[in-house]
Amino acid sequence: MIKAVIVMNTQGKPRLSKFYDFLPVEKQHEAIRNVFTVLCSRPEHVSNFVDAESFFGPDSRLVYKHFATLYFVFIFDSSENELAMLDLIQVFVETLDKCFRNVCELDVVFNYSKMHTILDEIIFGGQVLETSSSEVMKAIEEISRLEASSNAINLVPKSVSGWRSR
Amino acid sequence: MAGSSIMENLFQRTLDDLIKGMRLQLIGESAFISKATAEIRREIKSTDHHTKSTALQKLSYLSALHAVDMSWASFHVVEVMSSPRFAHKRIGYHAASHSFNHHTPVLLLITNQLRKDLSSHNEFEVSLALNCLSRIATLDLARDLTPEVFKLLSTARVFVRKKAIALVLRLFDIYPDSVRVCFKRLVENLESSDPQILTAVIGVFCELSNKDPRSYLPLAPEFYRILVDSRNNWVLIKVLKIFARLAPLEPRLAKRIVEPVCEHMRRSGAKSLIVECVRTVMASLGDYESAVKLAVSKVRELLVDEDPNLRYLGLQVLLVAAPKHLWAVLENKEAVIKSLSDEDFNIKIESLRLLMAMVSESNVAEISRVLLNYALKSDPEFCNEILGSVLSTCRRNVYEIVVDFDWYVSLLGEMSTIPNCQKGEEIETQLIDIGMRVKDARLQLVRVGRDLLIDPALLGNEHLHRILCAAAWVAGEYVEFASNPFEVIDAILQPRTSLLPPSIRAVYINSALKILMFYLDGYLLHNEGSSSSYSGNLVGGQPGLFTVKKHTEAPKLATQEGSNSNLEQDEDFNPRNATESSESEDLSVENVTDRDVRHGQAFTPPNTLAKKNFTHESVVSLLNRIEVIFGPLTANQDVEVLERARNILAFVQLFKGEMIDNPVQNVGIMDVDKKDTRVSAIIKSMRDAFTMELGPISTNAQGRVSVPDGLVLKENLDDLQAICGDIELPSSSLFCIGGPHLTTTSDGSSSNLQNEEQGPLNESTSLIEHRKRHGLYYLSSEKSEIVSDVYPPANDPKANNNINDEAAELAKLTEQSLLLKKKTNQTKPRPVVVKLDDGDVAPISVKMPEPGDDPLSGTIKEVLGSETMPSSSRSKPSDKSSRKRREKKKSSTDVPSEMKENLGDAEKHDLENPNLSSKNHGHSKERRQRGKEKIVEGEEHDQKGKKKSSHRHGRRKTHQRANSPLNVVSQTPVIPDFLL
Repeated sequence: MIKAVIVMNTQGKPRLSKFYDFLPVEKQHEAIRNVFTVLCSRPEHVSNFVDAESFFGPDSRLVYKHFATLYFVFIFDSSENELAMLDLIQVFVETLDKCFRNVCELDVVFNYSKMHTILDEIIFGGQVLETSSSEVMKAIEEISRLEASSNAINLVPKSVSGWRSR
Repeated sequence: MAGSSIMENLFQRTLDDLIKGMRLQLIGESAFISKATAEIRREIKSTDHHTKSTALQKLSYLSALHAVDMSWASFHVVEVMSSPRFAHKRIGYHAASHSFNHHTPVLLLITNQLRKDLSSHNEFEVSLALNCLSRIATLDLARDLTPEVFKLLSTARVFVRKKAIALVLRLFDIYPDSVRVCFKRLVENLESSDPQILTAVIGVFCELSNKDPRSYLPLAPEFYRILVDSRNNWVLIKVLKIFARLAPLEPRLAKRIVEPVCEHMRRSGAKSLIVECVRTVMASLGDYESAVKLAVSKVRELLVDEDPNLRYLGLQVLLVAAPKHLWAVLENKEAVIKSLSDEDFNIKIESLRLLMAMVSESNVAEISRVLLNYALKSDPEFCNEILGSVLSTCRRNVYEIVVDFDWYVSLLGEMSTIPNCQKGEEIETQLIDIGMRVKDARLQLVRVGRDLLIDPALLGNEHLHRILCAAAWVAGEYVEFASNPFEVIDAILQPRTSLLPPSIRAVYINSALKILMFYLDGYLLHNEGSSSSYSGNLVGGQPGLFTVKKHTEAPKLATQEGSNSNLEQDEDFNPRNATESSESEDLSVENVTDRDVRHGQAFTPPNTLAKKNFTHESVVSLLNRIEVIFGPLTANQDVEVLERARNILAFVQLFKGEMIDNPVQNVGIMDVDKKDTRVSAIIKSMRDAFTMELGPISTNAQGRVSVPDGLVLKENLDDLQAICGDIELPSSSLFCIGGPHLTTTSDGSSSNLQNEEQGPLNESTSLIEHRKRHGLYYLSSEKSEIVSDVYPPANDPKANNNINDEAAELAKLTEQSLLLKKKTNQTKPRPVVVKLDDGDVAPISVKMPEPGDDPLSGTIKEVLGSETMPSSSRSKPSDKSSRKRREKKKSSTDVPSEMKENLGDAEKHDLENPNLSSKNHGHSKERRQRGKEKIVEGEEHDQKGKKKSSHRHGRRKTHQRANSPLNVVSQTPVIPDFLL
């Protein structure tokens, strides 16, 4: 079971955070800060695991990956394999890359809801549902199309169209 | 109205605008956010859906990334969720899953919306609803929406089905009754050929089996099939996790899965899968030698990999293996030792743990030595990790692995002098604990204590204060072992002790009192002894012994004075120790004084200084010094310090009065009896009080103290929390006297004296009080136990051993230790360690969760029809049937998969028991009445059952029987045939 997914930049600003068990936002932010203080103190080229039990309770593991200016952090329990989680981060990043063409921090910043959509396709309620980035992309494209079509009507506000049709 | 709406729409800032604005803002982030929130509050009230949803989107962004409260907007969330447009709905659902929790009042309002969306034709809408439900489901929502989710479990739309499957986990958790409805469908999905579905459903079972693995044993054939057939690493990892939990429950299952697991290990190139296989083997298949060997060879590959992640996991897996397969660790010891100097903290820690796992009584000294050297070189954090693990390993099970306590005590002393040491508290505890438990170690303890006390530099390091506290206590309590009490009291009186916190100063003062008593006692005896008034008490041989020593040792001691431990003294003390231990069972006052006499002589002759110490002047100067040093403390703010200081000063004054009026030296032999009686009586009774031995206490000693009549004890002390929640409980441990077997109640005369003279004595007073009141016990905090006469065997056969140490040197040591292991004869007998009968640990009332306790697993078992299952594997009917099965198996020809066949047999077995199955029918009917869904299922099942035939039939049916709620729940033991 995955407990949380956090994306933050190397200054510790959260860019995306999703906790699969309810946690008040203040606690979420505290946890993110704690994770950041640990991550930024770790040298390069060491293992990608951090002891997370002090922040997230017993049976918590944490893996992270560092891409350019971003940390991708997954917190999970003993039902997940650590290396598989690292692969999952890879899948997530790959998908972002496909979606935004050479993803950079700005894409992550400005596409808050798309990020969530992508993540929701990969992880559902803490469980890994999809591990192929092309499958995820398919779903994302569908959703974007659907959204665009529903928004297209929106160009003429409802009140106006209602008035016209009268 | 329309106009305002357009305007709102046109001029509203979108989320992108908000983000841009935030990046460019000059007014400070929090000001910007509060402005934006105010704007959102206005916009969100708009009647226009678009405006409203955009506002909500901004709000949930701010809430997620900037911790803005959005609980006030929950009704707006519901409104946006119900928007017909997908884009709005998505925003609404996202906001709901982000901000709702089971306290949110509007949850009641969304049931219908969710139901509508769950049955929508648009699979993305369904997906939104599922996703939201997975996050916010409550008992009510789960109960109301289970039928919808149930339908989705068999939908043809994979995109939706996989999410519905994943959601089932959550439903089961919240609303266990949903198991009756959904479980069968869930199990059917195990047979799906779609990899996405399989990933989802295996994921669910992996989570479920985490809680109560036994319930899922009947599904083992399905999992086995997936283990063998699947090539998807994600799925395989999860299946392995499930088997790792099931295998320990059913040995036959373990036997079946060994081969496929090994096959995956050999075949797979995916490290994640290999790691998982290795882990499964180490954790659950440890009995299969070949599998373990293969796993260890894989671990070796991991350990030398370039990737630190693999090295880390390799070490971790090795640690799992360590208790059962120490050889695996040994084989890789070089890699383990090398990892100790890895730049990665994680890896260092793991290798440290592995090293500690290898520790045994034969190599603990070498390993500790190496680690301590290592600790000196490493950064403070790791240094303390090392110290902590050495301490906890050695302490484990009442110092089980420590044979040579002199060594261990010196090690503790050495640890205290490591600059980064922050383990003061643990070392303190152990020093005192060893003092109370191990009589033979007291000599060394006092020496180590003296070295610590004497070093003025240590007083400046606050991490060491706790250790100094223990050292002072030890020096006071076991002062009779001190080679030179004068020196110790000097150390305790040094001016820099003012750096200590009051609680520790208090211990210092008390120790000073104890030493002073001992000293004065010795002084009196010395004088009497010199006038040979006491020589009658001395055994003839002893004076001779010491006088011989006197000549030979005096010069050596003079040169070595001040150095830590001198062997000469050892020799000096050994004979005494020997006699003492023989006497130790019977600690009469006679013996104590006797011992003291010998002591007084033991140290006076060799040390020329000491001789001087026993002069009248030295005593007076000591008393004066105590007055000077402790005088100012009578105005101390800390009550403990204040009281103890006053006590000792009062005593000093009393004694000084006597002494000065009546300088002993000038008094003739005749007068000693007369004049000195009062002083010596006081001193003697004080000594008596102090020589009462302290011992460890059982954690449940309190239970043995009977509650006096009429005393009403409050059962529930919860409200204490409110009163003194902030107060930290003192971790100081309390000591008890003697042990039950000593049953030392202070005799009347001495207690009278104590009352008179020692009334004003602080800590000792309280102790005396206690001794009087309870006779036996004191309540300890954690570390205590009850003294018993049961001593641990010196050699624990269980302890395996091995070593490592630095690089090659380490490797050598390892071999040595291995040799040692073979011999296991010890040159030095392990000293007696006092252990308590009723365990070393506080009674742990771990309630093992009864499988049936949990409503979820209860329901699942019921559904699986496996109430009888776990026990059945051992029960007679199953034996019978398994014999049958075996016969069948022999005769059967066409069976590539035994499992299928076996299940078929089970089915047949079922048929052979018509009574039982008819009973089951009744049972299932009963159930049908309970839920509508079930009827449908039951019919389905019947039809299926009819269709199938032969093996296939059997398999199918058992399967259903096992899984569906309605199915004829066979009361015949569902025989785990597959396990054969």
